[in-house]
Amino acid sequence: MNPKRKQRLYLILGLVALAAIAVGLTLYSLSSNINLFFSPAQIASGEAPVDRQIRAGGMVKAGSVKRDSESLDVSFMVTDYESDLEVRYSGILPDLFREGQGVVVVGELNGNGLLRADQVLAKHDENYMPPEVAEALKGKMPTETIAK
Amino acid sequence: MWAFIHKLGSPKWFYAISTRLLPWFWAAAAVLLMVGAAWGLAFAPSDYQQGNSFRIIYVHVPAAILAQSCFVALAVAGGIFLVWKIRLADMAATVIAPFGAAMTFLALFSGAVWGVPTWGTWWVWDARLTSMLIQLFLYLGIIALRGAFASRDSGAKAASVLALVGVVNIPIIKYSVEWWNTLHQPATFTLTERPAMPVEMWLPLLVMVLGFYCFFIALTLTRTRSEILRRESAKRWVRELVEGRTGGDTDGL
Repeated sequence: MNPKRKQRLYLILGLVALAAIAVGLTLYSLSSNINLFFSPAQIASGEAPVDRQIRAGGMVKAGSVKRDSESLDVSFMVTDYESDLEVRYSGILPDLFREGQGVVVVGELNGNGLLRADQVLAKHDENYMPPEVAEALKGKMPTETIAK
Repeated sequence: MWAFIHKLGSPKWFYAISTRLLPWFWAAAAVLLMVGAAWGLAFAPSDYQQGNSFRIIYVHVPAAILAQSCFVALAVAGGIFLVWKIRLADMAATVIAPFGAAMTFLALFSGAVWGVPTWGTWWVWDARLTSMLIQLFLYLGIIALRGAFASRDSGAKAASVLALVGVVNIPIIKYSVEWWNTLHQPATFTLTERPAMPVEMWLPLLVMVLGFYCFFIALTLTRTRSEILRRESAKRWVRELVEGRTGGDTDGL
């Protein structure tokens, strides 16, 4: 390779490396803001602001969903298997909402560690399977593994 | 080795070799896309949780893979153009950019359509979706920058630099679902583990991905050929080619 081309090649590699470092440092310093949601453990330890709209994410705790029989009000616990967070919501839940399912809830925390949600989003995982397979797996695996 | 690369960089040689390759890629793309679409949309089993809306994966994933592959191709072409001044690399970059932008848009759009029934929202500012949106803007920026200069050479240089800098975004898109918590789920396919999906679901997906790649290669070859004819129209071999064909077929034009 002739020296001029070599110089240009190094210049370009240097440029890309510098851009990568700049972007990397920016992302590193912003990392807590890039996270989409707080986990119940973070909320329990007081990392999430109160009386401001936040997002919290985790699994819907099995057996915790209570629906009001006369309205769309629903309350459930969101857990990360460390801490639990109580959520109250009024509205239509997404189709994928169920116990043991990952969710992201948008709403405000009140002082008592209760989250009043304006929106509930279902999070789904990277596992896909036909219904028959899911049926066959049921009972053989703990529910968390199937509907993680 | 170097002689071969310099030969590959000659538009005339590229034109001749692509004439022979082109029908194969178009045929492969047509067959793979038709088989993959029919297989994925009609015959593959539905998902146990999402039902039939899961079939959007057969468009969403190939589009997203192509969107990122095109960007890497754009950066490589930009690097080759800046270092070795091979014009053919710039011609390829000119035609790859709009295709990559279209694929990025398709991935975002199909993702939004998929998000409504599964997540309950069509858009959320999580790391994966946002970094993909940034990639769309990078593509649009590259296309615009190329056109913003009076001289073609300056535009090509600026576009190449932006492509090289923008390639930093590619690992961010790839690992966004692991580095931060996002609404988008982690990757179903990794190089190290078995896919989190049975074979009757991922085989049609693989066919679709290969079909998208063949379509991309065929389209890029075709459009690079027109770009060669446009830019080299003063060269003798191009004149002879066109004159020899007047009245005949003008494929690639």
